[in-house]
Amino acid sequence: MSIDIKTAAVEEKRITFDHIARKLGEGKKPNRYQEVVFGQQPEEVFHYRPTWDPERELYDVRRTAIQMQDFEDLLDPRQYYYATYVIQRSRQQESQEKNYSVVEKRGLLDNISDELKENIKKVVVPFRHAEWGANMNNFHISSYGFQTPIASAATMQGMDRLGNAQYLTRIGLILSENDPAILDEAKELWLHDPMWQGLRKVIEDSFVIEDWFELHLLQNYLLDGVFHPLLFQHLENHIVTRGGAAFAMLTELFIDWYAESRRWTDATIKVAIDESDQNSKLMQSWTEKWKPEVVAAAQRIADAVFADQSEEVMRSILDELDDRSRKLGLLN
Amino acid sequence: MAKNQRRLNLSQKYQLMTRGLDWETTYQPMDKVFPYDKYEGIKITDWDKWQDPFRLTMDAYWKYQAEKERKLYAILDSVVQNNSQQNISDARYLNAVKIWMQGVTPLEYAAFRGFNMLGRGFRGAGARVACQFQAIDEMRHYQTQVHAFAHYNKFFNGFNQHARIRDRAWYLSIPKSYFEDAMTAGPFEFITAISFSFEYVLTNLLFMPFVSGAAHNGDMATTTFGFSAQSDESRHMTLGLEIVKFMLEQHEDNVPIVQEWLDKWFWRGYRLLGLIGTMMDYMLPKKVMSWRQAWEIYWEENGVALFNDLARYGIRMPKHHETATREKYRITHEFWSTIYQFSHATALYTWLPDEEEMDWLCAEYGELFEKLYKPRYEYWRELDARGERFFQKRLPVVCNVCQIPIFHTYPDDPCKNICLVSEYKGTKHQMCSEGCKDIFDREPEKYCQAYIPPQQIYQGNCGGATLEDYRKWLHIRDEDAGEYYGSEDNQLWEKWQAEAARV
Repeated sequence: MSIDIKTAAVEEKRITFDHIARKLGEGKKPNRYQEVVFGQQPEEVFHYRPTWDPERELYDVRRTAIQMQDFEDLLDPRQYYYATYVIQRSRQQESQEKNYSVVEKRGLLDNISDELKENIKKVVVPFRHAEWGANMNNFHISSYGFQTPIASAATMQGMDRLGNAQYLTRIGLILSENDPAILDEAKELWLHDPMWQGLRKVIEDSFVIEDWFELHLLQNYLLDGVFHPLLFQHLENHIVTRGGAAFAMLTELFIDWYAESRRWTDATIKVAIDESDQNSKLMQSWTEKWKPEVVAAAQRIADAVFADQSEEVMRSILDELDDRSRKLGLLN
Repeated sequence: MAKNQRRLNLSQKYQLMTRGLDWETTYQPMDKVFPYDKYEGIKITDWDKWQDPFRLTMDAYWKYQAEKERKLYAILDSVVQNNSQQNISDARYLNAVKIWMQGVTPLEYAAFRGFNMLGRGFRGAGARVACQFQAIDEMRHYQTQVHAFAHYNKFFNGFNQHARIRDRAWYLSIPKSYFEDAMTAGPFEFITAISFSFEYVLTNLLFMPFVSGAAHNGDMATTTFGFSAQSDESRHMTLGLEIVKFMLEQHEDNVPIVQEWLDKWFWRGYRLLGLIGTMMDYMLPKKVMSWRQAWEIYWEENGVALFNDLARYGIRMPKHHETATREKYRITHEFWSTIYQFSHATALYTWLPDEEEMDWLCAEYGELFEKLYKPRYEYWRELDARGERFFQKRLPVVCNVCQIPIFHTYPDDPCKNICLVSEYKGTKHQMCSEGCKDIFDREPEKYCQAYIPPQQIYQGNCGGATLEDYRKWLHIRDEDAGEYYGSEDNQLWEKWQAEAARV
């Protein structure tokens, strides 16, 4: 026999706000994600033109060439709003923290070979600057992106990238036993070593892209789609199979994070492509424009790390990316 | 075996985690990467002098904030489960919450988007990161408010159409134009306006009365998000003070620019807060403190002390602060009288103070209230008793800057209406005060763009010429507006009270 606690029923006058009812259809109850991403961005009656962009309104659909009937369709399949986002990240952080302290306390990185240590110093640690670039780019998307679904998800993505940069910093500091020189050396490489200049150039070029959807495609799809597998799949595997198993404990979160964030990236790109041929052609042209540069930048790093296996590694990354692109309609 | 490592203190750890991340770009010029942080004329010689007030790493942020969110949402769920909307002091109180949802929650949203722009726009990495934290905090605030108010919307009027009237309604142009003014300015003016003038100087007059009012009036949902947001707010206040000191210390040429912004945003903020003061004095069935008292504590004591601290940088008190102080005895009464007459064109209910409230107002405001405003309310009460509840039939003249109907009186004569005029490119623009007129005259090109609701209505751009047309355009029903007594909210409340009494 089940026992129900009886609570007083109070008759409700309406289920939800008018704009949500218009969106979901009468009689439908919104979840908390829908409650906060629909209808929140002001739509009309803008009092003043921005002094920093006098040709456009404060919120202006024309800040991307992508056209949508409704930009609120660019939804996040994870349905993150602030509370679910911070709770999820805090959980992940808790388990990750244990990994970091185990590696740190037990000195698990001490015994790996010098060659692998060099890999971490010269490839993994400098990549913190690339994550920092991703932070800036996502804050461009969250600033000028149209409607709340893209703006809020890009804000969280931007904070994630700051988090990623800080995790990479920690890996460096664990390796160097808190000697900050390792960060300075990595920055030197980032700024001057030929191996990094391809990537630094693409990222600096991305800083001046105004179209927020183009930037989303370049940063969160192309750059992440090439560099995250390169570093946290292939390089990680390289280190792990050569006796650096502890390294996997430090980078596990990047693998999880990337798998999660690409769900959002793919969903938003797919919705925009499915909307019209025009969008689809535009995104293809952006891909054609940026992909060669991204690939060339990655190639330099792959050559330095994987030597004669570099071709194979890059092919595997690009096959996967092309596969993904075909599914989304970015590639015919 | 445990290792013996060089220990880093928190501040060193933070420095390393964040600070060294940025670099001087060479493939693209820095001025193109950061195109917006020079045109206002603020000179920054060394961004590294920026002291980050938060010193938060992401892992710490996620941890603290997740703990707060778990608690907050447990309580919001319990409000729903226990029908806590029935435990508030009186349904009149909810009109304060309606003003908040219609007018202030959109400001939280605007702050979210505005701080995103700064989080990308400032050249200094430390300043960017601080703004990014504030951006996501503000996102939190608008979201938790929508979630908290969603429950009231199920029972009471005036919440359901908030997304439409936020942009369209005449009285919500007051907060909307305020924030759009800041957002359409450059990044340094925005942060001076919002972080310093609003969050640091005036927040105690906005956030505290509202949350305290909620606590006094049994509104558990609002009280909880208010308390939960408080630790975020104190971080934001610190940012406000930090940025102003930073600008002033960086270059002496910044001082006059910052002073003009402080003048402008003090006045703009003060005018906006008149709406909150009115809520405190008239909409809270259980009072927290009067506007006059709040002004004395939070401005005349704390605010003035703060400006005295800034004197060493060459900053003086904001212009027209004496006028604001002189108006403390009258502003909320003039404001309430206006909302009372025009509430048929809002999604709010208004009412006349009852005997007990009239006594409280007399005690708080003294002779001026007894002489000027009480008789007006008594006259309206007589009309009401005859079945002729007073509503204004004409549209008001609205101030071209603050967007408030010009009900204001001369600083030295509360019986004489003020209306100041500036002419720009052959068009006359009306203002409510010297403060607003100064703002207009300094940037006429900006303010001549302002959307003035009554003019738009008369031009036929708001659904038609009649009140019914206008309300329809706003998606406000007759039942959502006007007199509280006899309204649907009032009837529902009475019904609940009667049911509770029977048990």
